[in-house]
Amino acid sequence: MTYPTSSTSINGMPDLSYRYGSRRNLISRFLSILAALFSVIAVLPLVAVLAYVLIKGGSMISPRLFTELPPAPGLSGGGIGNAILGSILVTVIAALIAIPVGVGGGIYVAEYSRGGTFAQFIRFGTNVLSGVPSIIAGVFVYATIVATRLFFGNSYSALAGGVALSVLMLPTVIKTTDEGLKLVPNDLRRAALGVGASQFVTIVRITLPSAFMPIATGVVLSIARAAGETAPLIFTALNNNFWPQDLFSNFWTKNNPILNPISTLSVLIYNFAQLPYEPQIELAWAASFVLLMFILVINLLARWLGRFATNSI
Amino acid sequence: MASLEDLYRLRRRPAVEKTIDAGFKLTSALLAIVVALVLLFILYVVFTGALDSMGRYGWRFLVTSNWNPVKDEYGAFTAIYGTLITSLLSLLIAVPLGVGTAIFITENIIPRPIRSLIGLMVELLAAIPSVVLGLWAIFVMEPFIRPGLEFLHAVLGWLPFFSTPPQGPGIAPAVLILVVMILPIITAISRDALNQVPIKLRQAAYGVGTTRWGAILNVILPAAISGIVGGVMLALGRAMGETLAVTLIIGNSNTFSWSLLAPGNTISAMLANQFGEADGSQVSSLMYAAFVLMLLTLAVNILAQWLVKRLSLKY
Repeated sequence: MTYPTSSTSINGMPDLSYRYGSRRNLISRFLSILAALFSVIAVLPLVAVLAYVLIKGGSMISPRLFTELPPAPGLSGGGIGNAILGSILVTVIAALIAIPVGVGGGIYVAEYSRGGTFAQFIRFGTNVLSGVPSIIAGVFVYATIVATRLFFGNSYSALAGGVALSVLMLPTVIKTTDEGLKLVPNDLRRAALGVGASQFVTIVRITLPSAFMPIATGVVLSIARAAGETAPLIFTALNNNFWPQDLFSNFWTKNNPILNPISTLSVLIYNFAQLPYEPQIELAWAASFVLLMFILVINLLARWLGRFATNSI
Repeated sequence: MASLEDLYRLRRRPAVEKTIDAGFKLTSALLAIVVALVLLFILYVVFTGALDSMGRYGWRFLVTSNWNPVKDEYGAFTAIYGTLITSLLSLLIAVPLGVGTAIFITENIIPRPIRSLIGLMVELLAAIPSVVLGLWAIFVMEPFIRPGLEFLHAVLGWLPFFSTPPQGPGIAPAVLILVVMILPIITAISRDALNQVPIKLRQAAYGVGTTRWGAILNVILPAAISGIVGGVMLALGRAMGETLAVTLIIGNSNTFSWSLLAPGNTISAMLANQFGEADGSQVSSLMYAAFVLMLLTLAVNILAQWLVKRLSLKY
């Protein structure tokens, strides 16, 4: 193949047409191919993980997986019902702590102290806290709640696990509330104050509802993140091979399941992955399938919510 | 926001309204302070927990590598070395991959639907729980890459880094699974940074006749560098603190070895493994290790925030 090598042509003007073989164009094309290759490598693990979990875990899905307890080590059969229930319980506890505190703190940072030193300080603290490794949150809760037997003299408990997860959710919730409220136009606030609403009413009835979708998106994503966390649960919620017993009839006693060790999907995967028995490893894959489906569904839900968020304001 | 509040204060307000407003403001301020308190309290708790061990072992804890709960001798060098080497090596691999992917899905190289599909897939990769990746690493990835590692040992075995034959779990597979974990962070943040580069800069670059990669390398990347560096530092912090995937695949050996193919340990893996069953001076030593990890990640995170401020170009 031949390509014009000189750069002059008609009327002595430089030739502006694209030259296929020139060095810079070749380099550019090479780099594009390299970037494409990198993207393929980046996406490959996702495809591989999804495929494995779907095939290995998906083939285990049956009603008994959700209704039965895990079998003794080495035996086959059984399910992961208690771990599914436990994961839900621990995540709900974490959300019940992190959402009010996070949204409240976010309101202060965004509404009352926008650019102030205090807001800057809290934003800095939020960023630093979100960088704290999850296992440190576990160590922290172990030292403050588990080792001190803070709740009814019980040591490891679902509540301690929930507190540890809430420490990890808190920065995300504050950040999303802050960002969401910043998107609300000031005119809305002025209009509300103008027709005589108090500041409290303005925030609760006007600003917060306008920012509901972005806040909800962030909160939902942080719940998904918390549901998959394992490290802080290993020595706070510990594990339990039985069903949580009677949450409501035991509510004010030591026997309340949230005050006792509880099984969660992620800790079950961690424990079973280290056992040398095939049935347990299969259950770990099944638990991964359930956990991954839960998280993917939540993520897609958050995306769907997020679409409304950009349209509403 | 001062002006809005000043306007509001000028109005005559009933006492009830004043009380409610003040109460709400105070409540939200207290909730905001909770973040700072939690952070300080974590530091305080880990520090006081570590004091006993700090007094007993001092600096030797950081540079010796015997970990023997039976004899009450503790040195965390194996874990510290493992933490640093796994996170730095994974960063080395993940940065070109992540930034390359980010460029690929922001610049007009391929049609938009494929771009957003790749973006979505990378974001989903970020959502996969660490423990699921760990499970996958043990049973799928590690057997798959072992021939490659054996080849490395056969060819480069004379280097201390490849001096032991691969025996399943080890530092090298841990590095690879960390790459998978931090890639989405680097990609997502680099993509956002690249998307924020004003379109006019690109148009100007193309207008003076540059090639696509001329524009990317000389104009767009320098403009987005603050965000990208911030993302990379964030990923470094994440890699240092990452626990479960690493714990499952690194082998949790407390014997020190320079070799990347040998089993190793990281601070977080050590905590995950031993904290539940530890007592006495072992708890204190683990707290000491946790304190070291905390300081490392805090330093990286604060440096990241400072760099972003320092490097950011204003357009």
